Amino acid sequence: MYKALLCMRYLRSRYIALASIISVMLGVATMIVVNSVMSGFTTEMRDRIHGILSDVTVQYNSLSGDEDPEALIEQIRKVVGDDIYALTPTVDIPGMFMSKHYGEYRTQPVMLIGIDPKTKSQVGPWKEYLQSFQETEVDGKKVPPQRSMSEAAGFTLTKEAKAYRKRWIDQNASFQHYHAMNHDHEQVNPIKLKNPIQTVEGIKSEKSKVTTADSVETDSDVPNFEEDDPIEDSIPDSHLFDDLDKNKPVEAADPYELRDIQIIPGAGLTQYFIPDEKTGKLELVEIIKAGDDANIATPNSALPPELKSAAVSLVDIFKSGMSEYDSKLVFVNLKGLQKLRGMLLSTAADDEKGAITSVQIKLKDGADSDKVVAKLKAALPPVFYSVRTWEDQQMPLLSAVDIETTILNILLFLIIAVAGFGILAIFFMIVVEKTRDIGILKSLGASSNGVMSIFLAYGLALGVVGSGVGVVMGLLFVKYINVIEGWLTWVTGRKVFDERIYYFPEIPTSVSASMVIWVAVGAITISVLASILPARRASRLHPVQALRYE
Amino acid sequence: MTVDLSYSENNVTPKDQNSLKESVIMPEPQLRSIAVEKAYRKGDLKIPVLRGIDQKVFEGDFLSIIGQSGSGKSTLLHLFGLLDHPDIGEIHLNGERIDDLPAKTRDQLRNHVFGFIFQFYHLLPELSLLENVMVPMMIRHSMWDFWKQKRKFKDQAKEIISKVGLDHRFTHKPSELSGGEMQRAAIARALVLKPKILLADEPTGNLDSKTGGEIIELLNTLNDLDKLTVVMVTHDEAIAKEAKNQVRIVEGRIERLATSKVGVA
Repeated sequence: MYKALLCMRYLRSRYIALASIISVMLGVATMIVVNSVMSGFTTEMRDRIHGILSDVTVQYNSLSGDEDPEALIEQIRKVVGDDIYALTPTVDIPGMFMSKHYGEYRTQPVMLIGIDPKTKSQVGPWKEYLQSFQETEVDGKKVPPQRSMSEAAGFTLTKEAKAYRKRWIDQNASFQHYHAMNHDHEQVNPIKLKNPIQTVEGIKSEKSKVTTADSVETDSDVPNFEEDDPIEDSIPDSHLFDDLDKNKPVEAADPYELRDIQIIPGAGLTQYFIPDEKTGKLELVEIIKAGDDANIATPNSALPPELKSAAVSLVDIFKSGMSEYDSKLVFVNLKGLQKLRGMLLSTAADDEKGAITSVQIKLKDGADSDKVVAKLKAALPPVFYSVRTWEDQQMPLLSAVDIETTILNILLFLIIAVAGFGILAIFFMIVVEKTRDIGILKSLGASSNGVMSIFLAYGLALGVVGSGVGVVMGLLFVKYINVIEGWLTWVTGRKVFDERIYYFPEIPTSVSASMVIWVAVGAITISVLASILPARRASRLHPVQALRYE
Repeated sequence: MTVDLSYSENNVTPKDQNSLKESVIMPEPQLRSIAVEKAYRKGDLKIPVLRGIDQKVFEGDFLSIIGQSGSGKSTLLHLFGLLDHPDIGEIHLNGERIDDLPAKTRDQLRNHVFGFIFQFYHLLPELSLLENVMVPMMIRHSMWDFWKQKRKFKDQAKEIISKVGLDHRFTHKPSELSGGEMQRAAIARALVLKPKILLADEPTGNLDSKTGGEIIELLNTLNDLDKLTVVMVTHDEAIAKEAKNQVRIVEGRIERLATSKVGVA
C-alpha cells in the first residue's frame, strides 16, 4: 500500500519526473503520427496501384499477342474459375502520344492499354479515376462530377466535351473559310481562340507560309473531305500534322463524330501546373482536353514490327493520383488499338475478334491469389504466358516502402529509448534524493523488494501517463493533421504538403489499433526497464548508510 | 533456559507476559547482545566500533546508552533493531537468536517488535502527519487488507496521534510542523503498531532543552503506563539520567553507571 501511495506522491511532487513524462509522450505521439501517415500513404498507394493493376494478370510474352484469346480465357476459367470474380482481356503495348502545345508537338513515351470499358470496370476501380466521374475544383469552387457514378464507363464524350468539340471544329471551319477568303491578301489574322493550341494556330500557319509558302494552299488550308481513314496514316506523312492541326472535319456525314480510336490519357500527359508569377498560386494548364484530337503511334503486330500512327479523339482524362500511372498510361478502346496494330483476326467472320496481350483477373473476396497464380502457372505454358499478382508487378516499390517504414520505425523507437535513458538518469537522481526515506521505510519494516517496487511502479506510472497522453496527442494530431498542415502553411508561407507531388488532396492517414497498442506497450516497457537499475540500487541501500547522514 | 518463544514469520507476538513471568525463575532479558563486535571499513582501514558488547535489556526497562560521538552507541542500537549485522556476536530477542534470520523475517521483526525514533525525526516529506503514522500499517498489510480495514487503521492512527498530543495536526505535512511536533509524530509512528521495544536514537538531539524534556517525559509515561521497553541512545548526561538505567559506551566497550532496578519491571 505504501508503495502505491508513495509512488503517487512522488509522481505529483517531483516536477523533474514531468520531463520524463513529456519525453515519453513526445516519442509516442511522434511514432503514432508518423506511422499513421506512413501507413495512410502506403494504403492509399496500394489501393491505387491495386486499382490499376488487377489482382492477377496473365500476360502473353510476345507483344504480337495471343491470337486465340477465347481459348486462353476458357483455360483460365477452367483452372481457377471458382475464384474468379471477373476478367477482362487487354492489349498492353508501349507507344507514343503526340499532342500539340504552343505550336510545338510533344511526343511522349506511353503505355497504351487497349481495354473493354465494361469488363475493365468489373475488374477494378477504373471508372472512379476518370475525370468526368470526379469532382473538380475551379478557382477554389467545387464543381460536381459531370457524370453520376451509376452511368456506365465508356469511350463516349460528356455533354460538355461534345459541346467543346463542336465549338472548336466549327471555329476551325470558319477560320479555314476566313483564311481561304483572305488568302490573296497574304495577311494573317491571328484569331484568339480559347484553346491554347488554336491560339498559336495562326503563328504556325504564318510560319508554314514563310517556309513553304507555295505549298500552303494545298497542304493545310484546304479542307480535305476525302481522307477518312486516319489509321492508314503513318509518320513522316505530313497528314499527321494535318490531323493535329484539326484543319479538317473528320467526316462528311457528321463532322463532330469521334474518330475510330478513342483514348483516355493520364492527367500527367494532358495537363501541368505553373505557378502564377504574382500570387504564387498554381495554375492548371490544359494541353489538351476531352473532345480534342491527338495522335498515337505504336508498333504493329507484324514481324518485324512497323510503326503505325493514327489520329485519335480524347474522350476523357484518367487521374488516379499515382503520378507514375498518370504520366504513363493511355487507355484506348480495345477494338481501335487492335485495328491499329493489325491484331484483328482476318479469319473472324464478324471482324470483332482480335488478339490480346494479357488478361486481367479480379478474384473473389477471400480467394488466395498466390494459389491462383500457382495453379495458372501450372496450367499455362511458361514459354508463352507469365502469371503475376499485382503485388509481384509492383514488388520493388512496395518492398521499398515496407523497408522505409521499418527503418523509420526503428529510428523513431530510438526516440523512446532516449526518453528511457532520461528516465534512468532522473530516477537515479530521485533515488539519491530519497536515500533517507528509503532508510526510514526499511527501518519501519519495508522489504528490499517493497522499496524496489516503489520505483518500478513509479517507472510504470511514468510510462502509462506518458504514453497515455502521447496516444491521445498523437491521435488528435492525426485527426486534425490537415488542419495543422493548413495552419503550418499559413505560418511558414510555404506549402508543407504539396498535392502536386503526391496527387493527394489531403494527407492520407490510417490508424491501426494494433499499432497504437504496440507503441504504447513498447513505451511503457521501456520506462519500466529504465527504472529497473535505479530501483535495484534503491533496494540495495543499506538502511544504516541511508539513515546515517542528514 | 526453559523459555520457548519462537518468532516464526506468522507468530511474532510473544506469549502472554504474565505467564512468562511465572514460568521463569531468573528473568529472561527481552533483548540481549552477546559479545557483539562491529567494525567499519574506510578504504583499507578497518575501524573497530564495538569491541565485544554484552548488554541485557529487560522487559519494561528504560535503558539509556550514553556515549561520545563515534563511541558506537548508535551502531549498537542499529544492531539491536536489526538494521545492521554484527561482525561477531549475537543478538537475542526473548532468548532466540535474531541477527542471523533471513531478510524477510528481519523485516517483519522490525515491523512488529521494534519501533524506531531518530534524531532527525525522519518523517516522509511527501506524506501528511496521518499518512506518515499509517506507513507502518501500510507496510504490514497488503494493499487489499489495508483498504478493507482502512477506517479501523485510521482510527488507530488518530488515537495514537492524540496520545502524543498532535490531534490538531492530522493533515499537516512534516514541513509545517515544529521540531518537537515532528518528534512526537515520529514517536506516534513508532508506536502505532504497538511494538514491544522502542529504540530511540538521540531523540532530543535536535530539540531545545524544554522540548527535549517533554519528549523524555512522554517516553517515561509510555514506559510507566504501557510497560514499553525503551532503549535510548544519547550523549546528553542530563537526558540520560531520566532513564531507569544507564550504561556508558567508551571506545566500544560498556561501562556500567547505575544498576538500580535491573531486572525489575
